[in-house]
Amino acid sequence: MKITLRELQGTSPGYYLLLAGLALIALLGLGAVWFMEHHGHIVTGMNNQIVWGLPHVFAVFLVVAASGALNVASMASVFGKTEFKPLAPLSGLLAIALLLGGLTVLMLDLGRPDRLIVAMTHFNFKSIFALNIFLYSGFMGFVVAYLWTMMERRMNRYTPLAGLFAFIWRMALTTGTGSIFGFLVARQAYDSALLAPLFIALSLSYGLAVYLLVLMLACHGSGRPLGDALLARFARLQAIFIAAGLYFVIVYHLTNLYFTKHHDFERFILIEGGVHTTLFWLGQVALGGVLPLVLLLHPNIGQMRLRIAASAALATGGGFAQMYVTIIGGQAFPLVLFPGRQVSSSFYDGVVNPYSPSLPEWLLGLGGVAIAGLIVTLALKLLGFLPERLDDAAVQTGSTAQAAAGA
Amino acid sequence: MKPDQTPPSAKSAAPRASRRGFLGVAAAGLAGVMLAPGVRLIEIAQAAPGTPSANASSKVRWGMLIDSNKCASGCNDCVTACNTENGLSGGTRPTDSQWIRKIEIKEIRTGKTQSLPMMCQHCAEPPCVDVCPTGASFKRADGIVLVDKHICIGCRYCVMACPYKARSFVHEPQTNQKPDVPRGMGTVEGCTLCVHKVDRGEMPACVTACSDAGHGAMIFGDLNDPNSEIAIRVASYSSRQIREDLNLNTGVRYIGI
Repeated sequence: MKITLRELQGTSPGYYLLLAGLALIALLGLGAVWFMEHHGHIVTGMNNQIVWGLPHVFAVFLVVAASGALNVASMASVFGKTEFKPLAPLSGLLAIALLLGGLTVLMLDLGRPDRLIVAMTHFNFKSIFALNIFLYSGFMGFVVAYLWTMMERRMNRYTPLAGLFAFIWRMALTTGTGSIFGFLVARQAYDSALLAPLFIALSLSYGLAVYLLVLMLACHGSGRPLGDALLARFARLQAIFIAAGLYFVIVYHLTNLYFTKHHDFERFILIEGGVHTTLFWLGQVALGGVLPLVLLLHPNIGQMRLRIAASAALATGGGFAQMYVTIIGGQAFPLVLFPGRQVSSSFYDGVVNPYSPSLPEWLLGLGGVAIAGLIVTLALKLLGFLPERLDDAAVQTGSTAQAAAGA
Repeated sequence: MKPDQTPPSAKSAAPRASRRGFLGVAAAGLAGVMLAPGVRLIEIAQAAPGTPSANASSKVRWGMLIDSNKCASGCNDCVTACNTENGLSGGTRPTDSQWIRKIEIKEIRTGKTQSLPMMCQHCAEPPCVDVCPTGASFKRADGIVLVDKHICIGCRYCVMACPYKARSFVHEPQTNQKPDVPRGMGTVEGCTLCVHKVDRGEMPACVTACSDAGHGAMIFGDLNDPNSEIAIRVASYSSRQIREDLNLNTGVRYIGI
């Protein structure tokens, strides 16, 4: 049996309701940008201590998830798991949508977003930020080319090559994103090469979680069958990716705990950091890591689909908590100017910096998510990104047929 | 052929040619008039960041030596002078810019206290310049680290990267700016070592204020000139850089810490 990719059919009210909801949130986000640009960042919760706020939490999550969303396509084209092949176009689409959503937030939170052209024409190649501009645009280009080879029959033979380039590029991209923080030599929370592989592990987990949520919602909404065996495979993958993320988090904190100079920072994040400690233990570790692992690995809790959907949602929520702790927590802890000495000043030296995000920041961040959602929702309607059926029989026979054709 | 027998086409060609010529000249003139200010603007825009650099020499390394033993706890004259000179509000909300601040230090074990001014340390290897995506954060040939307000996009990566918390982001519209010290909402700023004064051969405002207050805790000068007071002092007394471990070779040095 051949698996056919087909655009969403019919005009269900649910689809248009979703579209309208996403458009509304995106518009509110743009309104927030207008407000922030008019008044300056004074109307946000950000200040000279917490210079990167909630918009960055959203933006970095979306960018990291974008590279991870390409997992499923890479599984098919790079690692030869042909049963994932019909799922690859959605994977590429999601990668592009999440990246565009994240970059929109990042760009619109600049002090001078009107100078985007400056960022595109003046480059300091020692800056990992400048390199990331190329990594982002290159990723976009590679994934578009990859999608083209997948969806244009004449180009199918180039799919493995395009898939390989896209895979290598996504590794570079996430390394670059992690290094934005890893290269900050002066801050206790960053200044670590470990952040690059940590971000890669996180991207695998976040990306698959978002992919699963979108896939299940799209199949449910369009009445397309989705096989149990396929979902069970995804569940195992998700468990491995969550565990990999947790592993790097443990290594990161163990390393810090070994270095005496980082003890104060670890005490802050792990014990005394208030909202950051809560978000770390409850959000990132318990709800975002351990609980989804239990749900995914324990066969006897509730219905499988529900467990997988809940795990994906938890991993996504945990991801936001983790980005919050990483980005805001890292800045809330004061810079150490004189080790072993207490400092105080009018510029908030030596004190933990409080931060409460304002409504415009929430709207901007959620607007980025909505833009990603809009791109996916519209693209699914316009082009055949989603297979007509993904029940186990179809996927199995489809992959056998492809394997036979390949042989 | 008689002159009056010129073909009608040629007859009318002469005035047509002159009309064409006139139109050509007019178009060129108009284009010139319209383009000239643009070209001039480009010249100005290009000259603006270049002009001070043209004066800055790599033979000079401007630096500052701060003696924390002479710095009085509670004295804020350097901060006030900086605010006045550079048109800063002097506010201390978390969103206000502070180019220089007084830090009170207390040794945890012994209880010994110290006071010193902290500002951009004008590193030879500045992390803010390394991370800036557009090159807006830059170091002049004479070692002064500045922000080019024309190409700063307000990403705040330099604020994240600075080990000294020396950079501020302008959070709201600015009024009553000083002509010598342009500032802009949405861009990053920090101590310029009063570059506008230094280029005129004057001292930074904080150094003058410290001297006027009778403390003389701040010395400004050329670290590369062996005969300058700062170079002599740095050569004869042990001075330190803050966060020496980062090996940034700061232009601002401290005695007594």
